[in-house]
Amino acid sequence: MTSMPSLILSTAARVLLPLLVLFSIFLLLRGHDLPGGGFIGGLVGASGYTLYLFAFDSSAARAALRMDPRTMVGLGLVIATLSGVIGTFVRGEPFFTSQWWEVYVPIFGEMKLSSPLIFDLGVYMVVLGSVMTIVLTLAEAEE
Amino acid sequence: MLLAVLSGFLLAAAVPWLYKLLQGRINWALALLPAGLTVYFASFMPEIAAGDQVLVSYNWIPSLDIQLSFLLDGLSLMFALLISGIGTFILLYAGSYLHGDRDLPKFYIFILAFMASMLGLVLSNNLISLFVFWELTSITSYMLIGYHHEQLKSRKSALQGLLVTVGGGMALMAGLILMGSVAGTYEISEILNNGDVIRDSGLYTGILILILIGTFSKSAQVPLHFWLPNAMAAPTPVSAYLHSATMVKAGVYLLARLNPSLGETELWHTILPLFGALTMFTGMFLAYRSTEIKKILAYTTLMALGTLTMLIGIGTELAIGAAMTFLLAHALYKASLFLVAGSLDHSTGTKDITKMGGLARIMPITTYAAILAALSMAGIAPLFGFIAKEMLFEAVLESNYLTSFLLVLTVATAMLGVAIGGVIALRPFFGARKETPSKPHEAPFAMWIGPATLATLGLLCGLLPFLPERGILSAAVTSVYGEYESFYLTLWHGFNLPLMLSIASIAVGVLLFFGWDAIRARLLWLDKVFAYGPERGYEKALDGMNWTAQWQTRVLQNGYLRYYLLTILATLIGLVGYTLFTGYEPRLLFDFVGVQFIEAVIAILIVLAAVVAATTHSRLGAVVSVGVVGFGVALVYVLFSAPDLGITQVLVETLTVLLLVLVLFRLPEFLDLSSTAARMRDAVVAVAVGSLFTLLLLTATELQLHDPISQFFVENSEPEGHGRNIVNVILVDFRALDTLGEIFVLALAAIGVYAMIKFRAEEYKK
Repeated sequence: MTSMPSLILSTAARVLLPLLVLFSIFLLLRGHDLPGGGFIGGLVGASGYTLYLFAFDSSAARAALRMDPRTMVGLGLVIATLSGVIGTFVRGEPFFTSQWWEVYVPIFGEMKLSSPLIFDLGVYMVVLGSVMTIVLTLAEAEE
Repeated sequence: MLLAVLSGFLLAAAVPWLYKLLQGRINWALALLPAGLTVYFASFMPEIAAGDQVLVSYNWIPSLDIQLSFLLDGLSLMFALLISGIGTFILLYAGSYLHGDRDLPKFYIFILAFMASMLGLVLSNNLISLFVFWELTSITSYMLIGYHHEQLKSRKSALQGLLVTVGGGMALMAGLILMGSVAGTYEISEILNNGDVIRDSGLYTGILILILIGTFSKSAQVPLHFWLPNAMAAPTPVSAYLHSATMVKAGVYLLARLNPSLGETELWHTILPLFGALTMFTGMFLAYRSTEIKKILAYTTLMALGTLTMLIGIGTELAIGAAMTFLLAHALYKASLFLVAGSLDHSTGTKDITKMGGLARIMPITTYAAILAALSMAGIAPLFGFIAKEMLFEAVLESNYLTSFLLVLTVATAMLGVAIGGVIALRPFFGARKETPSKPHEAPFAMWIGPATLATLGLLCGLLPFLPERGILSAAVTSVYGEYESFYLTLWHGFNLPLMLSIASIAVGVLLFFGWDAIRARLLWLDKVFAYGPERGYEKALDGMNWTAQWQTRVLQNGYLRYYLLTILATLIGLVGYTLFTGYEPRLLFDFVGVQFIEAVIAILIVLAAVVAATTHSRLGAVVSVGVVGFGVALVYVLFSAPDLGITQVLVETLTVLLLVLVLFRLPEFLDLSSTAARMRDAVVAVAVGSLFTLLLLTATELQLHDPISQFFVENSEPEGHGRNIVNVILVDFRALDTLGEIFVLALAAIGVYAMIKFRAEEYKK
């Protein structure tokens, strides 16, 4: 984007991107009990990738994202919608009746898995995908 | 049952992957689904024929008495079998017909979604879910009619079909809701037992008229018939499926379905036969005038829809029996004929029937199917269409209202029917070979198996009429009429009046067949008269709407952001101000007790930043100060313990600033363009909005109109939602549907930005 990428920025971005992505997933997972959730998580993730974009260029950001952001939007919508019909198919309950399961994970012990969490994952993907679609499109138009 | 209905949608979603995997052979894989569904529904036949019903119900929105419930009885089973059975052949056919087309995966997606919507429509046992599926068929058929979306004609026809059917759908919705509230339930199986309640209520006439508008628009009754022939812009397999065998019959289906609760009144016995008979004759007459094979078939479909409406309107047991028999016969021969028409078009390169000839030797199997199906349409023994026509005559002779009017139109239609049947069966296949744009060849297997099978079924049903009668027709009549005393379908009824009428119509029909070219030429002057038909009314209405839209766009959407803001804010001041000052007592009580130092600092900071943003001459400065306002608001959220809102606000602000930076360099240089007067005006509006909202907030905090809902969320968040973060529990659980809507909007916005910047129409055309 700029003719001379700053060394400080690019070094920082390399370190910050994985941290921010990790942090965004952390926000997504803890959202049900503490501040966070799919919306906020998605925005944090998007800001991480946007930082990366500013430090390098759009193709590098695309590569870091691994998935076309438009596909991510679509996938997120599908996941969010499907989370609503789990209850319908499993128990014959109305659309978006939340379902809860206790899952035992070796090191972490009992974990709560739920259809709202799956829904939130969909929200996360839509937010991240949408923001990145817009940012990348604008950045590529600039280039 | 739920899975059977939804499987089409699920498979449609998987099409893109399957297409990558299977490429050209995908139609064989996809056809397995409707084939499987046919077997599944057929397995219910013994049970249903014995007089049972299958009822399955899922809660959907129980608080509004809306269920996802399905009813399988004779009527719905017959439709379900037709939809899935014919659907199998259509999918096979389409793979070959549209082979190599760029948009083929899209086609499969829409046709599968359409099939699923249609199944949902005929199986629904709830008025609301029926309506949802009803609208889904309109939308998917819009996509299918407009499949060749590069062509103006396709898009126009698709829009016309959509506007007419969806417009009718609005009336239908009103009618269904009225009916539901009169009956006290939306469950169809319960409403059917409550016919007297509806017939005796003062709303009966309203309900009937609203529902008839809906069904007439869908089933293309005069004067709303014009969209159907235009829908022939769709690829032929679509026409065969939607516009002959399934979608247009949805209106007829609903009439038949509601016959026990709406029928048996004078109004019903007059309106339906009147419109039905007019449609029947108009359709056949227009078919006789056309030379394009798809147009001819489309108009004969109008005839069939009119006939069915008329028979359901007559409403005697015999008439209902005739309607069900005719419906089955028509579905078999019409789907077959449309597919034949597609094969002819595919093979010769023309749709004009007068330009074809002598194809019987080259396309023997297609010829076989065409002759059987066309003779069934003409009502010639021993085909199934003959039995249907005999019953039609008998039913019309027995009718209690408008008897002679109906009889004249029915006989005239039958005469024209014989002539058209002859034209389709003989013209393209016999006589001298004619030069066609491309060299004709027999259709491939995937394209002849459908028409040949369906046409043969028409012959079998004619020769062994007790099979369809025992298997499905008796049960279908029971569900429409309420009871069934065997009427024994048979080819030979003895020397009676219907047989005489048949013979007479065949005799005149043969004359009309030989005079086809001459009579058609004599009727050309009618073109000028038809130019003033109902379609012109539609065009005028559409033009008027466009004109209004353009006018208000010129006025409101003037392209200047500053005027948009001005309009929005002025409207806001007007509406909110009016309500506030007339309905409530505005309070202007500033209470600074308990304000903390830090809060005051943030408030001043926000105000200062806003002033800077409004007055600065540096664009970057403006962006930064707007950012300061945003962060200030975020701090307010944090102070009043709403961390989620705070975090979101911070992130949105950050991203907004980033986005602005991306576009900042593309903007022209900063210039002072506005006059002092304009600035004064803007300042006045800004101050007015600010003051109004201050006043509104101060008043609102004093006023409590309802109990706040927040208490419910606070109390139920943990026990019901299993979460301590109330904001998140609301977003993903209590109000998940709202959130779903919002993320769809978000996705649309992203696609919008992408399309605006990236998409160039020229690049799409290869």
